[in-house]
Amino acid sequence: MIGSHYPILQVVVPLVAAPLCSLLPKSKLPWLFATVISWLTFAISLALLVQVKNSGALIYELGDWPAPWGIQYYIDTIGAFVLVLVSLIASITLLASRELIEKEIAQEKHALFYTAFLLCYTGLLGIVATGDAFNVFVFLEISSISSYALIAMGENRKALTASYEYLIMGTIGATFILIGIGLLYMQTGTLNMLDLKQRIHEVDGFRSVHAAFAFFTVGICLKLALFPLHHWLPNAYAYAPSAVSIFLAATATKVALYLLYRVFYTIFGFEFSFDTLHLGYILLPLSIIAMVISSFTAIFQLGVKRLLAYSSLGQIGYMTLGIALETKAGLIASIIHLFNHAFIKGALFMCMACLLSRLHSTRITDLAGAAQHMPWTCAAFVTAGLALIGVPLTSGFISKWYLVLAILEKDWWWLAVIVLFTSLLSVVYIWRVIEQMYLREANSHSANIKEASPILLICTWLMVIMTIYFGIDNSYPVNMATHAAEALLK
Amino acid sequence: MISEANHDLQMAIYASMLVPIAGALLIFLCARFRGLIELVFVGTALCLLGVTISIVNLGADIFHQSISLINIIGSIPIAFHVEPLGILFACVASGLWLITTIYAIGYMNANKEKHLARFYMCFCLAMAAVMGIAYSANLLTLFIFYEILTLSTYPLVAHKGTESAKQGARTYLGILISTSIGFLLIAIIWTWFSVGTLDFSVGGIVEDKLPNNLLMLLFALYAFGIGKAALMPFHRWLPSAMVAPTPVSALLHAVAVVKAGVFCVLKITVYIFGIDLLDTTGANSPIIWVATATMLLASLVALQQNNLKARLAYSTISQLAYIVLGAALATSTSIMGSSLHLATHAVGKITLFFCAGAIYTATKKTLVSELNGLGRIMPFTFTAYTIAAISIIGLPPLAGSWSKWFLVDGAITADRLIIAIAFLVSTLLNIMYLLPIAINGFMSKPAYHSGTIQEAPFAIVMPSCITAGLCLALFFLLSYVYDFLLLLPLR
Repeated sequence: MIGSHYPILQVVVPLVAAPLCSLLPKSKLPWLFATVISWLTFAISLALLVQVKNSGALIYELGDWPAPWGIQYYIDTIGAFVLVLVSLIASITLLASRELIEKEIAQEKHALFYTAFLLCYTGLLGIVATGDAFNVFVFLEISSISSYALIAMGENRKALTASYEYLIMGTIGATFILIGIGLLYMQTGTLNMLDLKQRIHEVDGFRSVHAAFAFFTVGICLKLALFPLHHWLPNAYAYAPSAVSIFLAATATKVALYLLYRVFYTIFGFEFSFDTLHLGYILLPLSIIAMVISSFTAIFQLGVKRLLAYSSLGQIGYMTLGIALETKAGLIASIIHLFNHAFIKGALFMCMACLLSRLHSTRITDLAGAAQHMPWTCAAFVTAGLALIGVPLTSGFISKWYLVLAILEKDWWWLAVIVLFTSLLSVVYIWRVIEQMYLREANSHSANIKEASPILLICTWLMVIMTIYFGIDNSYPVNMATHAAEALLK
Repeated sequence: MISEANHDLQMAIYASMLVPIAGALLIFLCARFRGLIELVFVGTALCLLGVTISIVNLGADIFHQSISLINIIGSIPIAFHVEPLGILFACVASGLWLITTIYAIGYMNANKEKHLARFYMCFCLAMAAVMGIAYSANLLTLFIFYEILTLSTYPLVAHKGTESAKQGARTYLGILISTSIGFLLIAIIWTWFSVGTLDFSVGGIVEDKLPNNLLMLLFALYAFGIGKAALMPFHRWLPSAMVAPTPVSALLHAVAVVKAGVFCVLKITVYIFGIDLLDTTGANSPIIWVATATMLLASLVALQQNNLKARLAYSTISQLAYIVLGAALATSTSIMGSSLHLATHAVGKITLFFCAGAIYTATKKTLVSELNGLGRIMPFTFTAYTIAAISIIGLPPLAGSWSKWFLVDGAITADRLIIAIAFLVSTLLNIMYLLPIAINGFMSKPAYHSGTIQEAPFAIVMPSCITAGLCLALFFLLSYVYDFLLLLPLR
């Protein structure tokens, strides 16, 4: 049955499609091909989700080699959840990207762009799907290297330095993760995550396992862009082509967060990570600083894409904060926010793409009066912005509710106050943009600006509607997150 | 199984929110046709009033029957119910809205304001939010509509788009959002965490769940978190919001928004804490003193304001503190006083704002010092002003006298003589900042040549005369409201 091969098809289909894409003639074909592939993988991920829901975690052995020798793919609730998220965002982004890419990237590079995009996509899917620690590293490198290339394709020459910076930091991060994997392999003799989970208890007093833990922590936090390892992110998001910004902002850090769950909950186990080595002690202060400082920094940005990038850093702080609470409720809050924030940030960057396609700038001063010409885009920005702030009836409110509830469960009053204080900071930076859009008179030269193209708007509103829908009926993500958290803590 | 009365109730409650939303949509669709949007605007207000009256006619049987729409978080639904306080607030808001629509159309046309469709649309949405607040059956629903009200009124405050309008709107939004997220949301999540329900229930829900000192903190979080009640030091948004066109100040910042604030305080006092609990534990005393201080300080500040709308804004802050104080005193008499004051002050203050707008439309004057002698030129406006001012001061035969009576009585019942004296001092201050305008308007000679000035257009003067008439009529008719409010289950 083909259904039993979904775990591998999920990764192999885009992986095979990527080189094929580069061979296609210069036309619309590469776009069409990549889009079809992405929707196909989205369908597969949905099927996987159903399978996981019906029959529990899936284990797939590559080439039928049994576990310690062969590579295993391991998809449980959280995995299937993130796969659906990543593939859905990729599909929507690719659908919208044709017009954006035509404007921002030279014609002869189109096929290569979609190739790199598919590779990056493959890498992210692979990290989630695989149950093998070394395989994680391989996919991490696939996604990273292709995303360096994607970012470097940005129009502005600064994209090159942004990409270079990311390359240096990303390579350090990946190397650290590799060292961590190596040390674990040395001590346990296995790379399979489920095996690692069982054997790690026999060796968890060893200094080298502790060192591996440290390398993992730093490496993953670099990919996650947790303060103070975040420096590569704002430039990378700001100067990348808009389609890449949307995709990376909505998925890349989410997958890094997934890796964090995987490594510290599945491999090392909750007790070792949090009770023996006190990961929470590191994550808690760093998350708080990330939330406060990044939100403050966002207020003073001149470009809206950079502003949103800094806001992302703060939002990552919310997600790691949930983990740092060391409780089930905290983990649930973290997973819920992972899901909700992907759509919120995706929608906001999608608005930036719409604005960029007409105004050719996302500097905050150039957005003056944009609402007169582009009402639908600006309305989408307002709605997604409200979700980012956490206004009720949007998904951001749900995230905040569960996070604060988890904090109150720990009786940490001061922390609840800080979390709500940072959402006030997000009011400030979102409102700076809204005021420009709605209350400034438009510049004289922008008289004949039209609303963004229908397909862009549809994709934008698709994401906006998701944030509203999951703000009203959130039973699905909450149940999923609860289920996933239970599985991770087992 | 839904009984027929329940079904009617469900329809009526949804209608009271859907009618303004439908109105907003229609206005959006026919934004190009000016006459049409005005017609839709008035029509919507008329329909809403009809819906509200139909809810009143359903009678007392349907009180506290909860109607759930959808579960938002876990087991907390968006749910609505009707109870005497909510009906009172809905009646006040929808009744005065109808009068304001006529005034707004007259005002916006006479002053040649732009972006009319956006203005009327946001107005309708704000009213939908007000109805949602009035009928909310739990704290989460209340919070959702509270935030919608803040957001939908922001464009109205910033309507003129000038730098000062934007600045005022920023303060408005900043304070209202900060207090609601910083205090109110925390209080709600805390309540959920320690009680396990957010429903408004007769007699309160927090009893025995929290120690006394935390109860005091929780009550303070609610009182300050509801920034729309404008307790000092979170009152700055109200004067800032005066940059809005006068119809907005009149309906929203004298009636709907601020009354939504004090309504929330009253509702939380009665249905979350329960007045017995507040009375026996003393959790209310910090707020009693804060409200007393606000009442007196705001009156003193009002004395010094030369801008008429700013003076009225500070007067509103002071009068809101009456209502919060009545709620915080937590006796059945003072709750009655607060509820009546919610209605009588609304009618009085909207008249004063209508008059301020009429004066501005006719003369473009905004300062109190410029109004000398205008009463002879604009007799209707100034007569209406005088009647409303006396009602707010609380002298018979005007409506305000009843609510003040119950409030003072409540302070004495609660054995707090100082508060009763503070009410009387505040009354004196009311006289000092409200009456000189009327006296100088009629008695003084105009300071300069005013030959071209005449009474404001009919559509502006008529609403102020109607509401002034209401101030008078309510003095005689308030017993109906009183009888109705006796249905309020306090224990």
